[in-house]
Amino acid sequence: MTEFRMPLLGADMEAGTLVEWLKKPGDPVARGDIIAVVDTEKGAIEVEVFSEGIIDRFLAEPGQKVPVGTVLAMIRDTAEGVSPSSPAPKREAAPVATAAGPPAPAATTPAPAAHRAARVSPAARKTARELHVDIDRLEGHGPGGSITVADVEQASRAKPAAGAADRGAGMRAAIGAAMARAKREIPHLYVSTTVDLARPLAWLTSENQRRPVSERLLPVVLFVKAVGRAVAEVPGVGGFWTDHGFVPGSGVHVGCAISLRDGGLVAPALHDVDTKTIDVVGRELMDLVKRARAGTLRSSEMSDATITVTNLGELGVESAFAIIYPPQVAIVAFGRVGERPWVVDGRVEPRSVVTVSVSADHRAIDGRLAGSFLAALERALQAPEAL
Amino acid sequence: MSARPTRRTTYREAIREAIRDALQRDPRVFLMGEDVGHYGGAYAVSKGLLAEFGPERIRDTPLSESTFVGAGIGAALGGARPIVEVMTVNFSLLALDQIVNNAATIRHMSGGQFSVPLVIRMATGAGRQLAAQHAHSLEGWFAHVPGLRIAVPATLEDARGMLWTALENPDPVLIFEHQTLYNMEGELALDAGPVDLDRAAVRRAGRDVTLIAYGAMLFKALAAADSLAAGGVEAEVIDLRTLRPLDTETILTSVRKTRRAVVVDEGWRSGGLSAEIVARIAESAFYDLDAPLARVCAAEVPIPYPKHLEDAAVPQAATIVEAVRALMPEPARR
Repeated sequence: MTEFRMPLLGADMEAGTLVEWLKKPGDPVARGDIIAVVDTEKGAIEVEVFSEGIIDRFLAEPGQKVPVGTVLAMIRDTAEGVSPSSPAPKREAAPVATAAGPPAPAATTPAPAAHRAARVSPAARKTARELHVDIDRLEGHGPGGSITVADVEQASRAKPAAGAADRGAGMRAAIGAAMARAKREIPHLYVSTTVDLARPLAWLTSENQRRPVSERLLPVVLFVKAVGRAVAEVPGVGGFWTDHGFVPGSGVHVGCAISLRDGGLVAPALHDVDTKTIDVVGRELMDLVKRARAGTLRSSEMSDATITVTNLGELGVESAFAIIYPPQVAIVAFGRVGERPWVVDGRVEPRSVVTVSVSADHRAIDGRLAGSFLAALERALQAPEAL
Repeated sequence: MSARPTRRTTYREAIREAIRDALQRDPRVFLMGEDVGHYGGAYAVSKGLLAEFGPERIRDTPLSESTFVGAGIGAALGGARPIVEVMTVNFSLLALDQIVNNAATIRHMSGGQFSVPLVIRMATGAGRQLAAQHAHSLEGWFAHVPGLRIAVPATLEDARGMLWTALENPDPVLIFEHQTLYNMEGELALDAGPVDLDRAAVRRAGRDVTLIAYGAMLFKALAAADSLAAGGVEAEVIDLRTLRPLDTETILTSVRKTRRAVVVDEGWRSGGLSAEIVARIAESAFYDLDAPLARVCAAEVPIPYPKHLEDAAVPQAATIVEAVRALMPEPARR
């Protein structure tokens, strides 16, 4: 018997609301099947199952909001018989709130001053967790300006009625929490370089000329694919920082920062970018963008990116230095592709170039490794036909 | 309580009644100590008992604490049920060897063959201008010692009821009577009798802060709670009643509810009983706390003689109120 648990769909998620079951007890499931839809601050996520078997029973009902890690269903191995008296799972689904919608951290007051070293009473911390109040946004009224239970409860009472309208506020808060944590905990180091894109763009133009419009490639696909290739070459930048130090990712899964139409941001993963052809990467990226904006991402995409790429070039941004999405250890930021005077063989020529930066977690990555990665990325871009 | 008929009495009379009751119930019980007979006791607790029970059972002793506490231990080992009165806890230090090295250890040292069913009563505390050699609160020291049980009656019921339970205990029990309580008057049930020596008591229920006190400090804490209530802060007040063993459960249950605690102890802060209580709360209820733990203790000085300095040296209702206020959220939030 396997336990199917509420997945962790991003570093900032603490609980999720089960929206619906897409299977029923008795249904066979295979690895990768979508079994349920879970609502989080980042939208409704289709959750996949990672074991094979037959659904034995459900331990949570649609509408229930449960903490990450709560057992939602039991899946029986195909070989096992039906066992009505099968042992109870270690943790039954414990509702943390009657689910009226997604949790929205209190946001009635503007974010407090940035550099406040907040004192939070142990009880307030516990209560905030229970009530899903973002403690970083509270102002303390206890002794010495400390945040007390009263502050948390006040914020919880002031929460707006949950609904689609505050999905945006919830996501803002979730992004804020993850980024604040990243800036607080991760010693970022930054390296950047400007890459001459003459060869890759020439290759892209000739590729696209012989492709139907629907299959044409955008420069960003080259970037994502090249990042995947470079991570495969310098695996020390693709993975996670844990309590036990750096753990390499079990594959090269490139998270792609996608801005949503109603504000907010998600960074779902494209899987195994290093081994997929550029066509597959291009197709999957388009699909990912579409589904991200429709709010139908899958659980694995939300949780297993090993490095993230953000591309702000469309907006005319020259270069960007991004904040790492924990527990990842690096993020790659591309700026605008534009023509600049460039020295080629001793002569100044107009060339299309892009400035790319790597923000790296110095606990896991030294400048030398970050530089090697950047060099590998440039090499990959200069050999587009090999992508 | 209200249903039972009561009479007006004092803490002193309640203890005298408890001694008289014990003497009547059990022929093995006798009282001895300095001036307990002809003089009637330094605090007049045993006044009249010599005439009633005779010199065999109300025995004046020489001014030698070590001698008569040792004699009490011997009598207990021999089958008697002695009540030994030591005038103040300051003087008990002369008998510290008998209490700590003998009374507390004989059950252990004899492999359980002997026990010492001894009760030692002593006065403790400041407030009557008796100066530094008669006014300290050292009961916390005794609460450090395994083998002893430390009882601290604050109310009339406990003054009346703890002695018999202590005498029935097979091991030594020390009862600490605060000097300022002897004249305390109140209503006591006519049929008041033995009470337990195990549990702390919640003397006032409240939701915002737990005040932990014992002996005379109980009444200062209750007075503080009254004035806090006027400002909208509801304090819960715990009377420890027994300092060893400490009823940690009652303390934790209250603190988990109120999330704040102030320990009020007439003993000194450094290395005192208040430190032990605060540590137990921190060990077991850390995640329930909404404010730092706080203590109101005696100033770290020998208790002074002049009234104004004596008052300034020990916890008062006003200092307790101040300590609580410092833990509460800003008034605007309340």
